[in-house]
Amino acid sequence: MTKHRLFWPAVVLAVLLLANLAFTPDFFAIRIKDGHLYGSLIDILHFGAPLVLVALGMTLVIATGGIDLSVGSTVAIAGALACLHISEAADPASPGTVVASVAIALAVALVLGVANGVLVARVGVQPIIATLILMVAGRGVAQLVTGGQIITVTSGPYRLIGGGYWLAVPFAVLLAVVVVLLTALLTRRTALGLLLESVGGNPVASRLVGIRASGLIALVYVFSALCAAVAGLMISSNVSSADGNNAGLWIELDAILAVVVGGTSLTGGRFSLGGTVLGALIIQALSTTIYTIGIPPETTLVFKAFVVITVCLIQSPAFRAKAVRRRSSATRSARPRPLKTEEAEA
Amino acid sequence: MPAQSAQQPVLEVRGIRKEFPGVVALDGVDFRLFPGEVHALMGENGAGKSTLIKVLTGVHPSDGGEVVLDGRPVRIAGPLQAQLAGISTVYQEVNLCPNLSVAENILIGREPRRFGLVHWSELRRRAAESVADLDLDIDVSAPLDSYSTAVQQLVAIVRAVEVSAKVLILDEPTSSLDREEVRQLFAVMRRLRDQGVAILFVSHFLDQVYEICDRMTVLLGGRLEGEYLTGELRQVDLVARMIGGEPSDPGEPSDSARREPAEGADAPPFLRADGLARSGAIEPYDLTIRSGEVVGLAGLLGSGRTEAARLLFGADHSTRGSVRIEGAEVSLRTPRTAISHGIAFCPEDRKTEGLIGELTVRENIVLALQAARGWTRPLSGTRQDEIALHWIRALGIRPGNPEALVRNLSGGNQQKVLLARWLITDPKLLILDEPTRGIDVGAKAEIQKLVADLAGDGMSVLFISAELEEVLRLCHRVGVLRDRRLVAELPNDGSLTPESIMATIASGAQS
Ligand SMILES: Nc1ncnc2c1ncn2[C@@H]1O[C@H](COP(=O)(O)OP(=O)(O)OP(=O)(O)O)[C@@H](O)[C@H]1O
Ligand SMILES: [Mg+2]
Repeated sequence: MTKHRLFWPAVVLAVLLLANLAFTPDFFAIRIKDGHLYGSLIDILHFGAPLVLVALGMTLVIATGGIDLSVGSTVAIAGALACLHISEAADPASPGTVVASVAIALAVALVLGVANGVLVARVGVQPIIATLILMVAGRGVAQLVTGGQIITVTSGPYRLIGGGYWLAVPFAVLLAVVVVLLTALLTRRTALGLLLESVGGNPVASRLVGIRASGLIALVYVFSALCAAVAGLMISSNVSSADGNNAGLWIELDAILAVVVGGTSLTGGRFSLGGTVLGALIIQALSTTIYTIGIPPETTLVFKAFVVITVCLIQSPAFRAKAVRRRSSATRSARPRPLKTEEAEA
Repeated sequence: MPAQSAQQPVLEVRGIRKEFPGVVALDGVDFRLFPGEVHALMGENGAGKSTLIKVLTGVHPSDGGEVVLDGRPVRIAGPLQAQLAGISTVYQEVNLCPNLSVAENILIGREPRRFGLVHWSELRRRAAESVADLDLDIDVSAPLDSYSTAVQQLVAIVRAVEVSAKVLILDEPTSSLDREEVRQLFAVMRRLRDQGVAILFVSHFLDQVYEICDRMTVLLGGRLEGEYLTGELRQVDLVARMIGGEPSDPGEPSDSARREPAEGADAPPFLRADGLARSGAIEPYDLTIRSGEVVGLAGLLGSGRTEAARLLFGADHSTRGSVRIEGAEVSLRTPRTAISHGIAFCPEDRKTEGLIGELTVRENIVLALQAARGWTRPLSGTRQDEIALHWIRALGIRPGNPEALVRNLSGGNQQKVLLARWLITDPKLLILDEPTRGIDVGAKAEIQKLVADLAGDGMSVLFISAELEEVLRLCHRVGVLRDRRLVAELPNDGSLTPESIMATIASGAQS
């Protein structure tokens, strides 16, 4: 069972959640209040939903051997555009306004994704550079949209996206589940997943096999931007405001971490959507834990970094083998005399 | 040959065991290597030869048994430790840094230094010297990836013999070399042997083994089959030991596998290249390939065989000339267009240009077919399994598990996966660049027969191989290349011999 790809991420998540029990005895309690589910676990799912989406898009980008640093900016731009449209509309609470605002946000994200995709797949710019452009410029664009202010909106339907409930469950969670399922269907029920893994695993060979890599690569950047836009809508909707400066700040790093913790290699190739979902939940659970156990704010990043490194090491078979060997070699000394050189290495 | 009985083996392995998930690659293997001998390690594809080498040099930790170096039990923790202990190795899959220069690749890890910094001119001088030692003509300051697989293999060999090691291990070093380079390599090996170096040599070319080796150890399915003196074991008996059967006398797999082209010599041309060229890679050449015809390309290393073939697949862009397929002019800009015209290309370098290592055997086999269908029309799971299992059986791919990762297969089995990938696309023209590289004797005959059968059914084949015997066995016509120019086209009418082809190459004569 330890062979299963999701084994270690699942163990880590479980350990993290159990650790919380020591600080918060009713951590696993789920109550129903006003027909809504409440509880720490629900919170993790709820606040983790945007990260799940961003990480999902990031997974496909990373599978092709790329990376998308611009998702944080896209989050901010999407939220800003939607809130701007709603705040300027005559009737902010009408469903039509909200649908239009969502459409605007998605359309602009589509353009941003195409821009990234063209830069990487057609022009041949290194993904990290291509998306860095939008990462930096996009923040400016978001600021321009909001006019440097925080735009607050009061719109019931808009609030539903990130802050509302449906059938007692946070709507954002349902939305994330649907997107994850659709992505799984799209990649695993068609040949898309195989071709993406092939392109990321060996681009030269993939070309010689006749895979049209540039189209696929452009596609994943568009997908990533759309996922980020939906996440941006969720985030701004949950707080009923758009903050061009801080919305989605550093979310690209959390997303990359989620992907890696979920077992997808940064060098491209094999990807695991299930792993990414677990990875995103691990990162979110970690953030929650940091708050609940009261780690001083100035050390949260260090703490987070420490946990992430530990998780990555635990997942590495080479590291586990080494750790085990070191322990057993201490107990067993009747082995043949090792070569001098090996001692030098140790 | 030194009197071994009096000597102590420099390297000895006792009861070595190595397991991979689901596969016992080595099962209690004993093996001895004496100073001053060339020792062949023989066995079928997947017998465990490379694994034994990797365990010996610390790439894989062993699961049991011991390694004795100079009479002392040792534990070698990794390739670097092996090197420091005097074991120099060329692994089957060349592992060099393509973007570094040849000189850096040869001396990396032991660069000459001055004042603590790399002494660049000395580095180039020493590299050039060791290249000259093997009588090679390689510019050591050029980046490695500007050279072909074969040259890269040579560079790996230069790197290995440059250190004065006690033990030199060569895992299929000759798989893509020409006669001349093989001769040079053997000269160096003999010299080192006479200096007392112990050499372990792996090759599927029995003639080479009989030419250079004093003794051999045969592995069969991960177990030790036996150790023999080369002079005391006939080739047929060796083959029988390798496949674990009775000695029979198959001889050379029938000296001509070739059939007459289905529609005779005047079958319509499937493909015609007129003055096709790529500057710097291959001079303008004309080539016609008829349906059902097998055309061979012969030539020395770097003569432009691969380059010529790549133009026909759109893998590289031609800078001039034209291609007609079934009479209509086509522009082969990308592999994708070539594939849509029914052309398939099995590249020479399976690791970097062929396989997707981290995908499974099944995924690698269906990849070309799936790419042609596009991602919206997936092959169903059952269909994929069916195809994969069929070809695993047809080509004898081992282990026969379609879900095994391709990178964990032995070299020869990887090559078979690559072949299977293109065969299922049912191409009209199959371009094979060194398709039997690293494939064992039995499987090689199978593949040659398969190619002949396919051609018999009307498929055109362009066949590139450094092994002229193989070219002659299969091809109806042989194009001879020299210095990136197609210099002759010889009909294989029975009078053609490897020697006459060599003579044509040497004279560069227009026929
Ligand atoms: N890293 C690995 N993981 C799993 N199985 C492996 C791995 N490396 C080798 N094997 C298996 O071990 C067996 C022996 O492989 P090995 O590479 O030693 O064969 P070989 O004798 O060198 O064959 P060839 O002539 O094709 O090079 C094969 O069945 C192979 O699939
Ligand atoms: Mg091998």
